[in-house]
Amino acid sequence: MGQAPTTARLVLASRLEDVPRAEQAVMDAVSRHGFDQSSCFAIKLAVEEALINAIKHGNGGDESREIVVEINVSDKQACVGVTDEGVGFVPNGVPDPTLDENLEKPNGRGIMLMRAYMNEVTFNEAGNCVTMIKQRR
Amino acid sequence: MADSESRLMIQRDGEITVAHFMDRNILDEANIQRIGEELAALVENAPVPKILIDFDNVDHLSSAALGALITVNNKVRQKDGQLRLANIDPQIHEVFKITKLDKLFQIHKNSHEAIKSFK
Repeated sequence: MGQAPTTARLVLASRLEDVPRAEQAVMDAVSRHGFDQSSCFAIKLAVEEALINAIKHGNGGDESREIVVEINVSDKQACVGVTDEGVGFVPNGVPDPTLDENLEKPNGRGIMLMRAYMNEVTFNEAGNCVTMIKQRR
Repeated sequence: MADSESRLMIQRDGEITVAHFMDRNILDEANIQRIGEELAALVENAPVPKILIDFDNVDHLSSAALGALITVNNKVRQKDGQLRLANIDPQIHEVFKITKLDKLFQIHKNSHEAIKSFK
């Protein structure tokens, strides 16, 4: 019989210094539920990208705005939601960073990495909440 | 050559500058900014930069770190220099492949091969 799901809800200030704490909470949960090293690498990368996007782009670096991280990890899958207080954006409006004309641009790879490394990445309609799911292998 | 603030360890091999990361995780934004500044200084201080970035200690990186490397690559090119990357962990190499940055950077298996590749 598997373990009961691990759930947590963290509320962070929009500070880069708070990112490791949230990341660690996610990594502790996925380790507890037996996710393999490769999945852990993927989840850490995707969560990092989502948190940085929320701080820098969503909340525009305004430390008074909060970020909510919702973690729900079972023996089957890890689900992480990151919500900021920004006005949101249109995810499909982000240029494809893998096109030749965009390769030398230093920004714009976060969302494509999240999509590449997680099984599901969905945004709410407003574009200020991303939910990412990784199935356990 | 590594002061307490430095996020890179720098070695010289003839006219080639070899930079090693001090951090296993190149995720932290403040560190990435510092790494970008240190690499930019290496480029600025060389008339024609020949720089090898050795990833031997690195097991995580983020898109911001990729951005810093792209910025350095652009600066090196502006000075007709050469940039090589080496010793990249297979999981991190996959990040370069997914982002197609393996087409932009010259990536070598190890530093020996990378050093031989400089013209």
